[in-house]
Amino acid sequence: MFPSKERGFMSFKHEEPANLPVSERVKNFKEFAGTLTPAKTRQQAYRCMDCALPFCHYACPLGNVIPDFNDLIKDDKWPEALKQLHSTNNFPEITGRVCPAPCEAACVLGITGTPVTIEYIERAIAEHGWEAGLIMPEPPEQRTGNTVAVVGSGPAGLAAAQQLNRAGHTVTVFERHDEPGGLLTYGIPAFKLGKGVVQRRVGQLKAEGVEFRCNAWVGKDVPTSLLGEFDAVLLTTGSTKARTLDIPGADLDGIHLAVEFLTQQTRRVMGKDIEGKEITAKDENVIVIGGGDTGSDCVGTSIRQGARHVWSIELLPRPPLERDDTMPWPLWPAILRTSTSHEEGGERQWSILTKRFTGENGYVKHLHAVHLEWSEPDEFGRRKMKEVPESDFTIDCDLVLLALGFLHPEQDTVIQDLGLELDARGNIKTGQNFQTSRPNVFAAGDAHRGQSLAVWAIHEGREAARCIDIALMGRSDLPSATSHGYDSLGDGTAPY
Amino acid sequence: MRAISTKGCYDPRYEHEGCGVGFVVNIDGAKSHTIIRQGIQVLENLVHRGAAGCDPETGDGAGMIVQTPHRFFAEQAEQLKFDLPEPGAYAVGMVFLPQDAEGRAACMGLVEEAIKEEGQTFLGWREVPRDSSAIGWLARENEPVIEQVFVKRGPGLDVDGFERKLLVIRRVAERAVRDCEISSGEEFYVASLSARTTCYKGLMLAHQMARYYPDLSDAKFESALALVHQRYSTNTFPTWPLAQPFRFLAHNGEINTLRGNINMMASREQHFASPLFGEDIRKLRPVLTCGASDSAIFDNALEMLVRGGRSMAHSVAMMIPEPWSGHESMPDDKRAFYEYHACLMEPWDGPASIAFTDGVRIGAVLDRNGLRPSRYWVTADNFVVMASEVGVLEVPQEKIIKKGRLEPGRMFLIDTEQGRIVDDDEIKKSFANMRPYRRWLNQNRVTLPTSPKETPPVQERASLLERQRVFGYTLEDLAILMAPMAQNGKEPIGSMGNDAPLAVLSDRPQLLFNYFKQLFAQVTNPPIDSIREEVVMSLETTIGRERNLLDETPEHCQQLFLKTPIITDAQLEYIKELGAPPPTLWPAGRKAGLKSVVISTLFNAKAGTKGLGKALDRICAEALAAIAGGATILILSDRGVDKDHAPIPSLLATGAVHHHLVREQTRTECGLVVESGEPREVMHFALLTGYGAGAVNPYLAFETLDDLLARGVLNLQGFDEAVKNYIRAVEKGLLKVMSKIGISTQHSYRSAQIFEAIGLSGRLVDRYFSGTVTRIEGIGLEEIAKETLMRHAIAYPTQRARWPELDPGGHYRWRKRGEFHQINPESVATLQHAARTNNWKTYKQFAEMINNRNRTLATLRGLLKFKKATHIPIEEVEPIEEIVKRFVTGAMSFGSISKEAHETLAIAMNRLGGRSNTGEGGEDPARFKPDPSGDLRRSAIKQVASGRFGVTNEYLVNSDEMQIKMAQGAKPGEGGQLPGHKVFDTIAKVRYSTPGVELISPPPHHDIYSIEDLAQLIHDLKNANVHGNVSVKLVSEVGVGTIAAGVSKGKADLVLISGYDGGTGASPLSSVKHAGLPWELGLAETHHVLVENNLRSRIMVQVDGQMKTGRDVAIAALLGADEFGFATAPLIVCGCVMMRKCHLNTCPVGIATQDPELRRNFRGKPEHVVNYFQLVARELRKIMAELGFRTVNEMIGRADMLEFDPLPGHWKAKTLDLARVLYVPQLWEGETCYCSKAQDHGIDKALDHEIMEKARPALENKTPVRLEQTIRNINRTVGTMLSSELTRRHKLGMYGGHLPEDTVWIDCKGTAGQSFGAFAIHGVTFYVEGEANDYLGKGLSGGKIIVRPAKECKFEAEKNILIGNVVLYGATGGECYFRGVAGERFCVRNSGARVVVEGVGDHGCEYMTGGRALILGKTGRNFAAGMSGGVAFVYDEDGTFPSRCNLGMVDLHPLDQESISVVQGMLERHCAYTGSPVAKGVLDQWRRVVDKFVQVMPRDYARVLSEQRAKELARR
Repeated sequence: MFPSKERGFMSFKHEEPANLPVSERVKNFKEFAGTLTPAKTRQQAYRCMDCALPFCHYACPLGNVIPDFNDLIKDDKWPEALKQLHSTNNFPEITGRVCPAPCEAACVLGITGTPVTIEYIERAIAEHGWEAGLIMPEPPEQRTGNTVAVVGSGPAGLAAAQQLNRAGHTVTVFERHDEPGGLLTYGIPAFKLGKGVVQRRVGQLKAEGVEFRCNAWVGKDVPTSLLGEFDAVLLTTGSTKARTLDIPGADLDGIHLAVEFLTQQTRRVMGKDIEGKEITAKDENVIVIGGGDTGSDCVGTSIRQGARHVWSIELLPRPPLERDDTMPWPLWPAILRTSTSHEEGGERQWSILTKRFTGENGYVKHLHAVHLEWSEPDEFGRRKMKEVPESDFTIDCDLVLLALGFLHPEQDTVIQDLGLELDARGNIKTGQNFQTSRPNVFAAGDAHRGQSLAVWAIHEGREAARCIDIALMGRSDLPSATSHGYDSLGDGTAPY
Repeated sequence: MRAISTKGCYDPRYEHEGCGVGFVVNIDGAKSHTIIRQGIQVLENLVHRGAAGCDPETGDGAGMIVQTPHRFFAEQAEQLKFDLPEPGAYAVGMVFLPQDAEGRAACMGLVEEAIKEEGQTFLGWREVPRDSSAIGWLARENEPVIEQVFVKRGPGLDVDGFERKLLVIRRVAERAVRDCEISSGEEFYVASLSARTTCYKGLMLAHQMARYYPDLSDAKFESALALVHQRYSTNTFPTWPLAQPFRFLAHNGEINTLRGNINMMASREQHFASPLFGEDIRKLRPVLTCGASDSAIFDNALEMLVRGGRSMAHSVAMMIPEPWSGHESMPDDKRAFYEYHACLMEPWDGPASIAFTDGVRIGAVLDRNGLRPSRYWVTADNFVVMASEVGVLEVPQEKIIKKGRLEPGRMFLIDTEQGRIVDDDEIKKSFANMRPYRRWLNQNRVTLPTSPKETPPVQERASLLERQRVFGYTLEDLAILMAPMAQNGKEPIGSMGNDAPLAVLSDRPQLLFNYFKQLFAQVTNPPIDSIREEVVMSLETTIGRERNLLDETPEHCQQLFLKTPIITDAQLEYIKELGAPPPTLWPAGRKAGLKSVVISTLFNAKAGTKGLGKALDRICAEALAAIAGGATILILSDRGVDKDHAPIPSLLATGAVHHHLVREQTRTECGLVVESGEPREVMHFALLTGYGAGAVNPYLAFETLDDLLARGVLNLQGFDEAVKNYIRAVEKGLLKVMSKIGISTQHSYRSAQIFEAIGLSGRLVDRYFSGTVTRIEGIGLEEIAKETLMRHAIAYPTQRARWPELDPGGHYRWRKRGEFHQINPESVATLQHAARTNNWKTYKQFAEMINNRNRTLATLRGLLKFKKATHIPIEEVEPIEEIVKRFVTGAMSFGSISKEAHETLAIAMNRLGGRSNTGEGGEDPARFKPDPSGDLRRSAIKQVASGRFGVTNEYLVNSDEMQIKMAQGAKPGEGGQLPGHKVFDTIAKVRYSTPGVELISPPPHHDIYSIEDLAQLIHDLKNANVHGNVSVKLVSEVGVGTIAAGVSKGKADLVLISGYDGGTGASPLSSVKHAGLPWELGLAETHHVLVENNLRSRIMVQVDGQMKTGRDVAIAALLGADEFGFATAPLIVCGCVMMRKCHLNTCPVGIATQDPELRRNFRGKPEHVVNYFQLVARELRKIMAELGFRTVNEMIGRADMLEFDPLPGHWKAKTLDLARVLYVPQLWEGETCYCSKAQDHGIDKALDHEIMEKARPALENKTPVRLEQTIRNINRTVGTMLSSELTRRHKLGMYGGHLPEDTVWIDCKGTAGQSFGAFAIHGVTFYVEGEANDYLGKGLSGGKIIVRPAKECKFEAEKNILIGNVVLYGATGGECYFRGVAGERFCVRNSGARVVVEGVGDHGCEYMTGGRALILGKTGRNFAAGMSGGVAFVYDEDGTFPSRCNLGMVDLHPLDQESISVVQGMLERHCAYTGSPVAKGVLDQWRRVVDKFVQVMPRDYARVLSEQRAKELARR
C-alpha cells in the first residue's frame, strides 16, 4: 500500500480535508475545519522527504522536529509521534488549529509544488492522542519546594507553567479574566479554536498541580507585592495595548476594538454574561479596518452574527498572489491569503486610508476614506504612500471594528509596580535568559517580544521556564528548542 | 645537510618510495663479471621507474648486492698490505662514514673496536674509489666517505656463525657510534657487512652507477648474482643510507602496517632467546632501526629471523604469508604452517615485490595481492633475469626456455649451491612439513566457539536509556547507523559532504573516537577492493601470549583463535571463564595456557577530571599485575556504570593499556579484549582494534538492538538475527577500512594505528597513542574527562529526566538542538537568494554567516585571522575577470547529477573562463562544439578515475586538463558504484556501457599501484593530449605533501588537495565523517614540502573542500594554493537544498537525479553560478586590498599574513595551536612560491615522433601506411600520440566517424614498454613480434593489437608469459590477439574490446562491463569478480575453471548457437594473425572440444540483453 519512504512524495498528492461548506458553517460558531483521517494522515506524512536540512523544522519557532514525527506516522506509530511532538510543543492540538504554519511555507516540496500538510498532521496526531487517552496529567515525582508565579495565562504562560511544574516547582498562574487561556480563550473565535480544546488542556495543567487564580489582575485585583512571596515570577501578560485610530469621529459610538467584539462573542458562545453594552453585527453594515488575522476573525464573526454587509479594508496594497524575489523560499511569503472567513463573504479592499468618521446621534454612519498609491520598495524594503488625487469616497456603516494590531503590553499595572525596564518598542526588556531588569522576575511571550504568533509565545514560555529552572536549581533538565542541554548542566562539569 | 623542516605540517615518517627491482643470476653459481655488467644494464633499463627531484642529476637512489668479489678483493688486499683469507673466512663491510675527518676516524675506531671485542680480526680499511663528478650536485652535498672494512673470521666459527657474529659487530658498532657524541655520527651507516655479499649503492641514477664506483667496471669484479634496485622517493632529499638494496633485499612496495609491526617487535625482542646467539642476543636490541624506511625495517626483521636460524624462504613466508584463510584449495599442511606462524607474528602487510638474497640463494616474493609486477626469463644456459619489467636485458630470444612472472603470494627461488630453480610448492612444502604444525594447533590452540543461540542481554542496574546517555548515544546512532546495520547487514550510505565542526571545535561533548581520522592509501600503494577481492582479505586473529620468536614449540600456539574481532556477549562469557575453573556456561575441554582477567575501566564520577587520570594509572598497573599473575588475556570492561561511576572512554583505556605494555615490553604477553558500551559504529571498532584490541564486545550496542526490536523499529526474526546482521555490517565496514590503506588482514591491522589525531594534545597522544600524528595540538585528559562527565551528567538529571528522548545528534541531519552545520537552512537560503538576484548585500550576509567564526566555528580556517597590513586602493587589485579564472567546479559525474545541472555548471565556468569538471563518467561529444548561442557545454577538465568510464581518445583530446582522481574527499580509498537503475540510455552511451547494468569503479586505479605507476599514467595522458595539462587529485591526510612532491616529480602540471569534507553522490557514512583531514593541513603541508624540495614553481596547486566565500579563498591562497575548487556552493546556487539523498535518485530539485519527472524541477541557471563566483571574487578583492596584494600570485604562500586567533572563550578550541599550519618555508633562490613554469614531460623523446613521421600520409589525408619499428621496454606509451593526432586532425570520434581498419599498420619487433598502444584508435594496428609489459592497450579506443613471441623463440607460447598485468584496462573498443599468457587483471574494466589470449593470471576480466574475452587456457583465481557486462569464453580443458571463478555476479553456461559462431570467428582471426597452434588445434577438433568452452555471463547483463531482444521483437 505504501511506497518506499524515499519515493512517497512522488506517489501521493497534496490533499487537505474538506471543511464544512460555507452555507453550513456560518449558521453557528462551532469548529468547522476538517481533520485528516488516520489513513490520509499517513499518506500525507509519506510525502515528507525527511530532508537532511529540514527547512520546516528551521522555520518553526518551536523547533518542532517535523521530519521525525512524520516518519513515525509513516510507520503508523501514533503514540511515539505524539511524544515526539510534545517534546517541543506543549499544545499541538492548539497550534495544529491556529498556527499560520511557517513550516509549510518552508517545506522543500513547496519550491516546485505543494508542501506537506504539516499542520493537519500535527493536529491529527494531537487529536488522536486525546481520543486514545494518551494525553494524561504528568505531575512531577518530586517537588523542589520552589514557588513560581506566572502572570497571564495565554499560550506563553500556560506553556511555562506546565514546564515549570513538571520540573517540580510549585506554580501559581494569575489570570485577570474569569477563564484561563488569554487570547486562546477570548481572542480567537470559537469557530477556529473550540473553547473546549483550551479547557481540556487547562484541565491537564490543573491535574498536574498548577494552581490557577482567575479574576486576579495583578496590580489591580491582586497587589503586586504578593509576587514577592514567590521564588521567581514570570510575566506573560501579552501585548494587549491595542493600536487605535486618531482621526476625526473616532470617538463615535459603534466604533470598537476588534478584541472587545470578539471577546463578547466568545463569552456568548461559552454561555457567560456580557458586561456592559453588547456589540453585535446583526443586520448591520460592518467595516473591519485591518486586513490581518484579527480582521479576518471579525469578518467571520460578523457574518455568523448576521451582518448585512461586511467590508474589510486595509491600508497596505494588495499582496501578490505568488512569491516574488523579495520573499524567496523558505521565507514567509507575504502573499495574498484568503482565510476561511474571507471565503464566507465580505468585500476586501486594499490601499485605503481612512480619513474620518461621521455619524448621526453620536452613532457612526459613514466612513470617509481615500485611495492610496504605494511606491516600489526602496533598498530597505520600505514603500512610500501617496493619496490618489480625487479618489475620496464614503462607505455607509453601522459598526466599525478596529483590527489594527497591538502596540505593547499594558504598562500601568504590574510592569509599573515592579519598575521594569522596557525596550524601545515598549515591551519588557530582558537578557538572553528572559530575566528582566529585576532579579528573579522574568518575561516571555508577546509582553516580551511584541505581538506575534502563538508558536512564538509557546516557544518563549518554554525557554523562559528552562531559564527560571536554571536560576532556581543551577541546572535544568527541561528541554529546549535549540540546545540539547549540555549548556545547562550547571553543576560544575558544565564548561560555560 | 639540507632537510625538510618539521616545523610545518610535514612528518618524515610518511615518506614513500616506489621503484624498480631486478636481479640476474647464474643458476649454477658460476661467477663472472658479465653478471655485474648485466645487473647495471638492468638498472639502466629501469631508470624510468626511478625519479629525480629538482636536480635532474640527483637520483633517489640506486644500488646492487653482489657476491663478495673475492678475486677483486684479493688483488686489492695485496695493495693494501693485508692478507685476505679464503672466501667465506673473511667479510667485507661497506661503510658510509662522515665527511669530517675527525668524526670519520672516531667511527672507524669504534668499528675496529667492535670487531675485536667480538673476537674477530680486523684486517684493514680500503677507501672505495669513487668519481663524485658522476653524480648530481645535490647528491654530492650529502655524499659520505665510503670505506670498506675487512674482517677475518675468528676461530671456531662456520660461515653462518660468522655471519651472526658480523651482525653483532654491526649492532655493537652502531650503538657505540650513537652513544659516543660524535656530531657527524648520524652519517655513519653500514650498508653491508657479510662474508657472502657486498652492497654498492648510493644517491644516484642507474647510469651513474658504473662511473661513480669504478670497482664495478673491473673485470675481476665477479659474481654469480646481482640484485639491483632503482628508487623513486617522494622526497628530493633522500639520504644515502636509504638507497636500496639493504643487506638482504630490495623492495618495491610499501609496508602499511609498519607502526604496529614495530611496536610488537619491540615487545617481542625481550623474549628472544637462541642457542645460536647465546648471550650475544642482548646486543642485538633494538632489532629495528628507529626512523628508517619501511623497507629498511623490514630488512632488519628479516635479518633477525634468518640469523635466528630459519631459512630465508621460511622467514619471508612468515612475514609475507599467502592469503590462506580464504584459499579454496590450499593443502592442509601449508595452511597449518601459516596458521601456526600467525600465533608467532602478524604479517607485514602491504604491496610488495621483494627480491632477496643471502649470497647463495636469490629469490623474490610477491605480496598476497600481486600488486607489483615481476617478470623473469630463464635461458638455456642456466641464466635467470628477473625484473619489474620484461625486456630490461637483451637476450637472444632463441636461448630463452621460459618466460614467467611472479604470482601473488608466490615465491621464486634460485639456489646457486644446488644449481636449480626451486618452485613455490617445493619451497613451502619443505618448511610446512618441518614440524607437525597441524597437530600442535589441534592440541593447543583454542577456537572461540560460536554459540548456537545468543543469550538475551544482561540487565544492569542502570537503565538502558541512562547507559545510552552515559555513552553518548544519539537518535541518529539508532536510526541512521545501527538500525540499518542490523536490518540489512550493511553499512549505511549517505551523500553530500561534511560541514559539521571538527570534534575539537564542537561545543558539544564528542566521543574520543571523533578526534581521529582514518588514513588511506593514495598513489604510493593501492587500496584493495574488499568486496570483489575478498579472497585476499581476512578478519581472523589469534590472541594470547606470544613466545620466543626465534623458536618453535607446541606451546607457541596456546592462543585463542577468533574468526572475527567482534564478539557476542556469550562469547565474551567464554573468554571470561578461560582459566577460571570450573566452567559453568561452556562445556569443558579447555586447554592450557589461557587465562583471562577482567579490569574495570570505570572511574569515580565525583572525583572529576582527576579521577580519570588516576583510573588510567590504576588500570595500567592492574594490567601489569595481571600479566605477572599469569593472565594471557586482559578484558577491559566498563560494565556497571551508575550515578557514581563513569566509564573511561574505551579508546583511551585501550590505548593506555596497550602503550603501557608496549613501553614495559610486555605487550606480546597478552591479548586485549574490550567489553564496552561505547563502540557502535564501524569507526569505533576500527579504532579499538587499530590501537591494540584483539576483540571487542559492544554489549550496549547489542542491548540497543534488542530494544529496537522490542520497539518494532527492526523488522527481523529476533535478537539473534539482529546481532548477526549487525556484526556482519561491522565486519564489512572493518574490511573496508582496512582495505582503504591496503591492509588485507585484521591480524596485521591490529595495533597498526592507521589514524591521524586532530585536536588532541601532543602530550596525551605521546602517552596513550604513541606514534600517532597530531599536528595542531588540542585537548588533553582534562577536557576528555569533562566531556565524559557531561554525558554522565545528562544521564543522571537532578530532577526526573525531562528530556523525552536521546540527544538528537544532528551530525547527519540538521537539527536545531543538534550539532552545528555551516550549511544550514539560513545559509542555504541566503546563498540562493544572493546568487539569483546578484545582490552584494545579500551575499555579504551569507559570507558573514560562513566567515563569522563565533557563530560558525566549524573549520580550522575559522581560527585564523588576517594580520593588519597597509591597504591599497581597490582599483589596484587585479580585476574580478582575472580572479575567476582560478576557480573550478568540482568533479561531479553526469550520472551522479542530471544533464541540466552538469551543463549549467559547464556553461557558467566557460563563460567565466574557469573550468568545470566532467567527473567520472565521460561526456557526450555533442558538447564539444559550441551552441549556436555561443555557450560551450564542454567541461574543460576531463576526469580520469578508476572506472575509466568513457575515457576514450576523443574524450582526452577534447580536454584542457586531464585529472587523475586518486581519491575523493568524501570516501578516499574507496571505489564507487552506479546502480543499474541509474544507468539510463544517455549515461550508458557516454560511459560505453549497457543501460540498466550496474557500473563499478574499483577502489584503486589498476594502473597505479605505486608512485612510478602514477608517473606512467601522467606520461600516458600527456601523450594522449600534448596540449592539455595533467592534474592529480589527492585528499588531505598526513603525508599528502610528500605524495604531492612525488606527483610533482612525476611531472604532473597540477596537484589538487581535497579536504575531507567535500561532497559525494554516495558514500558510506563512516567515510564521510571519519576519513581524511581538512584541506588547511594538507595544503599547508603540500606547499611546504614542495617549496622546500624546490618543486613548487613547476606545479599548480589547487585546493577544494567546502570552499564557500572569498575569505576561504584568501586563506587558501595564503596557505599556498594557486587555484580553488567549489562544488557544494555552486550546486546550492543551482537549487540544491542539501537533502543528502543524492544516492536515492529522488532529488526533488532536479540536480542529483536522472528521473525525467524530477529533472523538470531543475531551476538553476548559468548566470546564477556566474553571479556567485563574481561575488566571491569581489569579496576576495576587498580582502586583497586590505592586505595590500595586487595579484593573487603575490599572496600565494604568504601564511605570514595570517595569525592564529586562539579563541579563549571556547573550552576546547583554546587548546589548539596552528603554528605548524602557518609555518612559512624557505624559498630556494630564484624560485617562486607559486606556479611559474612548465614541467618538462620529456614528450620530445617519444618514439611516436618517429612513427608519426613515417605515418605522415595517414595523418595528412588518411592514406593507408604500413611501417616497421623496433621497440624496447624504455619506449613507453607507443602509438598514443599518433592516435590522438589522427583524432584531432580528422575530428574522429563518436559522431565524427572512424578511420578504415588498418589505415596505419605498424610492425614492431622487440619488447613493448609500458602502456603500449594506450588509447589507440580504430584504424591503427600494432603487430608486435616479441612481448609486452604492463598496461598494454590501456583505454584502447578501437585500435587493434596483435602480440606474438619472436619467431626465434622455441618455447610453447601458451605456457609462457607474453604480456604483463592490467592489460586493456578501461578499453572502450578494438580487438586484440595475444599468442601467449597474460598476467594479473587481464581485461580489467574492459567495456568494448574483443580479445583472444591463451591464459591469464588472477582477477581476469575484473569489473568488465562490455566487450568479449576469449581465454584459450588456464585462468587464475577470482575470475570475473565484479564483472557486470560483456562476455568471457573460457576454454576449460580440465573442468576446474568454476572453482577459480568468482560467481558473485556471473553465471556459467555452455556455448549456445550464437556464441559458437562468435567464438569460432574469434579463433579464426586469432589463428590468422598469430598462427597460434592452440587456436588451430581447437578449430580442427571443434566438435570434440566445443563443450569444454564455458561462457561467463554476468547475470544483470544477460537480463538486460534479453529485455532488449524482447523489445526488439515486439517492435518488429
